[in-house]
Parts: sequence; structure tokens; C-alpha cells
Amino acid sequence: MKLNKQNKHLSVEPSGWYWLLYIIPALLIYIIFMAYPLLDSLRLSFYTGSNSSNREFIGFLNFKKLFTDETLSVRYKGAFSHTIIFFLINMVFQNGLGILFAVIITTRTMKAKSFYQTVIFIPTTFAVLVTGYLWKLLLNPIWAGDTLSKIGLGFLARPWLGTKSTALVVVSLISCWQWMGIPTMMFIAALKNIPKDCLEVASIEGATAWQTFTKIKVPLIKPVIGMVTILTFVNNFNAFDIIFATETVNGAPNYATDLLGTFFYRIGIAGEHPIAIADPGLGAAVATITFIVLLLGVIPMLRYTSGDN
Amino acid sequence: MSNKSLKKHNRHTLYHVIMIIWCFIVLFPIYVLIINSFKTRLSIYINPFGLPKKFNLSNYTTIFKDSSFLIYFKNSFVVVILSLLLMIIFSSLAAYALAFWRKKQARLLFFFLIAGMMLPIKIASIRILEIMKFLNLLNTIWSLIPIYVAMGIPIGIFVLTEFIREIPLELTQAAIIDGAPRFKIFTLIITPLIKPALSTVAIYNLVPYWNDLWFPLIFISDEESKTLLLGVTRLFGQYQTDWSKVLAVLTLSAIPVLALYLSMSKQFIEGVTAGAVKG
Repeated sequence: MKLNKQNKHLSVEPSGWYWLLYIIPALLIYIIFMAYPLLDSLRLSFYTGSNSSNREFIGFLNFKKLFTDETLSVRYKGAFSHTIIFFLINMVFQNGLGILFAVIITTRTMKAKSFYQTVIFIPTTFAVLVTGYLWKLLLNPIWAGDTLSKIGLGFLARPWLGTKSTALVVVSLISCWQWMGIPTMMFIAALKNIPKDCLEVASIEGATAWQTFTKIKVPLIKPVIGMVTILTFVNNFNAFDIIFATETVNGAPNYATDLLGTFFYRIGIAGEHPIAIADPGLGAAVATITFIVLLLGVIPMLRYTSGDN
Repeated sequence: MSNKSLKKHNRHTLYHVIMIIWCFIVLFPIYVLIINSFKTRLSIYINPFGLPKKFNLSNYTTIFKDSSFLIYFKNSFVVVILSLLLMIIFSSLAAYALAFWRKKQARLLFFFLIAGMMLPIKIASIRILEIMKFLNLLNTIWSLIPIYVAMGIPIGIFVLTEFIREIPLELTQAAIIDGAPRFKIFTLIITPLIKPALSTVAIYNLVPYWNDLWFPLIFISDEESKTLLLGVTRLFGQYQTDWSKVLAVLTLSAIPVLALYLSMSKQFIEGVTAGAVKG
């Protein structure tokens, strides 16, 4: 009797409060460990003091310091421009090659497709740290220098990671090596979704491979190109591990590879050498600006990619 | 006609050349990594690219004997498994509710929860660090789990809600008319049906959980609480003059995910690209 009554109650459409019970665990964790700290970091950027007991409101002083302090502003501008270069190299090289590989792999008559696909994706499963340490050895001129000169490739044995002019580019390329699998697989999935008749019509009309690519494939996979751009943008503006592994948190040599991620770590978490006392407020200011840059970048990109379909 | 097929043939040759070059660029460093981990300290300089004359396992035995490698490994394992488990449970419960609760509030909650997919949690690190200090979790592996669960929830809810919405209504309707409680519908009908999506979500998060360096780096300094990757940074410093040992450490730390990937590459690739393609 009692059971019957209970069942009857549950068979009607449950109220919102009932559904909320299911959502609460996820919501609580998400708010406490993600949403709240994220928003509160923005607030923190207006304060000074090393811990919550001695915090003091100072308005925009942290931001002002970041842009006008003699050494700090130089480092910050350096880190910012390096991050942009790092992003652009990844954007052009990784995603450009990614599209090319995807077109090749989705060519219907190609052989060994799944082998290529599997290999391209392997580095994605490595930790960035492992990739970084591995390339640090590979690019060490002392390690394979002799062997390379014997086979006439001696020009390859140079301190690529230790030279100011090459370090940032080389580190960016290592990052491309690692992440190539992601855009490639996303483009493959998108290209496979193109209706076959579209491509058949094009081939009957006598379109060249290049024409089919620019006139049919690219416009049809535009949303995915947008997604890949957003992902590359967000991930590269937070890159840290690769510099940590290959060039230390100081962005060696002489800050040539210092990115926003490493700068943020030194300022806000570990403390800048030689004082080694973190400045959470200043760090939060760095994070806030990065956050705003990401929002300003991502929102128009989202609009652009979703607005057309 | 024959001219055209010849052109097509040439294009294929060019395509294969491009792919083979890239495969070489990918595989060569991995080959170097593995073979040199079986050499002795100095022979990696004399013979950097060739196979070792004698496969020497001492690098590996030293690592297991002399370092806390097994502790690191165990810590990572516990953190990743527990985080995945909690993330899956919380996300699927929430996704179930968000898929069936058809009100405006539900839509708002859904967008609030998936917004985290676009927001890099690293930006919030300074505050998170203070929260962990406040909760007295610093220097323990328990500090990592809530962060990883929070990181995984947005994508989890996003993928699972879509998936549950695609389940034909008749399946649940019949059970509701029969008077089955909602929670039973979730455990007996929904969960078995969304298994493929659950594994997608698990794989998607597995790689970043296992490979995360940032949060262990800022939370943990105690030797017994270090995760595998944090341990690798320490061993890297310790063995810096002995590259063959460093390479053995790197090989060991890369193997678990790599083996999983090679044994189920299709699901893996699907999992990792899932979030993006659907969006």
C-alpha cells in the first residue's frame, strides 16, 4: 500500500527541486573549485598582500605596475609577445599541416590511412613534460654532434634551445610536433561529414583537387576550423609545461622563451628570482588580463563560426 | 582519361611521401627514446642512433630500486582513477537531470556548467591554491582530485546531456507509466545506454589527468605525495648527467597511456576529439 502511493507520486512530472538534487554534486564541485576561484581571482587583482589576512585594496595599482614598472613591464611585454608568436607558429604550422594531413587521409583511394592516422596521434598521448625532456636531449649538440657530422649533417648539431634567436621558434615547433594529432583528427572528422554528392558533382564538373579543397571543403568545414582556432588560442595562451621542461620557468636563454604561463607562475605562485616571494595580487592581475584577452578572442570566434550555419 | 588517372597516381605518390616524412619525424624521436634507455651512460654518446649492442636493463632496475618511482606511480593511479570515477558519476547524474528537466532554469544551468569548457582553470590557480591551503589539503594527493573533477565536469555534462537527449522517449516513458522511480530509470535504463558516451568522456579526461604537471607542481612538495610527472621532474634533476636513466624514466612514464592508446586507438581518437567536433 505504502509502496504504491510512493510510485504514484513519482510517476508525475518531478518538480525542479527534484532535478536539482541530481545536479547539486556537480554544481557544488564546479562552483567551489572552478567558477568561484576564477571570478575571485579577478577581484584579487585589485588587492595587495601575500595572504588573506593582510590583504589591502589598491585599485588598479597592480595593473599599473605591470605596465610601468621598469623591469616588470619589460618582462611582461616580452612574455606577451612571445606568447603571441608561440600561438601564431602553432596556428599556422600545426593547423596548416593538420588540414593537409586530413585531406590526404580522407582521400578515398589512399592506402595505409589508418596507419598514418595512428602515428600522427601518438605524441598527443605523451605528457608535454616527457616530450620536452626528450627533445631537450635530441637537440643537445653534444649528444649526437659527432655522429651527425660524420654523416654530413653536422649543421644540425647546434644549441637550438640555448640560442636566443632560435629558442622560441624551436620550442613552438616541438609543441606542434606534440599536438598535431588533435587538429588533424578534428579535420578528418569534419571532412568525412561532407556529403558525398557534393564531392561527386565537383569531380564530374572537372574540378581540380585544389578547387575542390578551396571551394567546397574549406567552406563546409569552417565551423571546425573555428573550433580548432579557439582551442589553439586558449591552450597556447596557457602553455607552461613545454617551457618548464625545455627552458626552465625562467624562459631561458635570457627570457627569450618566457611565456605568459611561466611569467604568471613566477610572479603569482613561485616568486620571482632572487626574492622568491610570490605576489598573489600581481599574479591575479596577470591572470585577469589573460582572461580578458581570451574572452575577447574567443567570443568573436564563436560568433563567427556558429553564425554562418 | 589515362592522363587524369596518371595525375591521380602522381598525387597519391606525393601524398605518401608527405605522410612518410611526417611519420618519420614522429617515430624517430620515440625510437631514440626507447633504444637509448637500454644503453649504458656513455654509449648513448658514441652510438646515439643505433641499436644497443647488448640490451642493458640496469637503468630500469636502478629506477625501481633507488627511487620512489613506484610511489609516484601509485599516487598518479589513485588520483586518476578516483577523479575519473567521481567525474563520471557527478556528470552523468547532472546530465540526466538536465536532459529531462525541460525548463528555462535547466537551460541556464546547462550553459553555466559547460562554460568551463572554454575557461582555462589555470588562470584561477592563485585562488585555488589558497582554497587548498584553507582546506588543509596542500601536499596531499587529495588536493588534486576535486580540481580534476571540476575540470572534467563541463565536457562530461556537455557530451552526456546530448547523448541522453537522443535516447528515444518511449524507452523511459514506458518505465515512468509503470511507476518506476526516476533514479531506477537512471541506473537501469539510462546508464547501460550511455556506456559508449561514458567511455568517451573518461578517455577525454584521462590524458589530461594523467599528464597534468601544473597542479601537482603548485600543490605538492612532499616526496610521498608526488604524482608520476612531478616525480619525473625530480628524477630528471637527479639523473641529469646520466641521460640513459632519464630516458628510462621518460619511457616508463609514457608507457601506460601509450599502451592504452595503441590497444584502443579508435575509441581514443574519438574520445579526444569528441568535445570539439560536436560543438
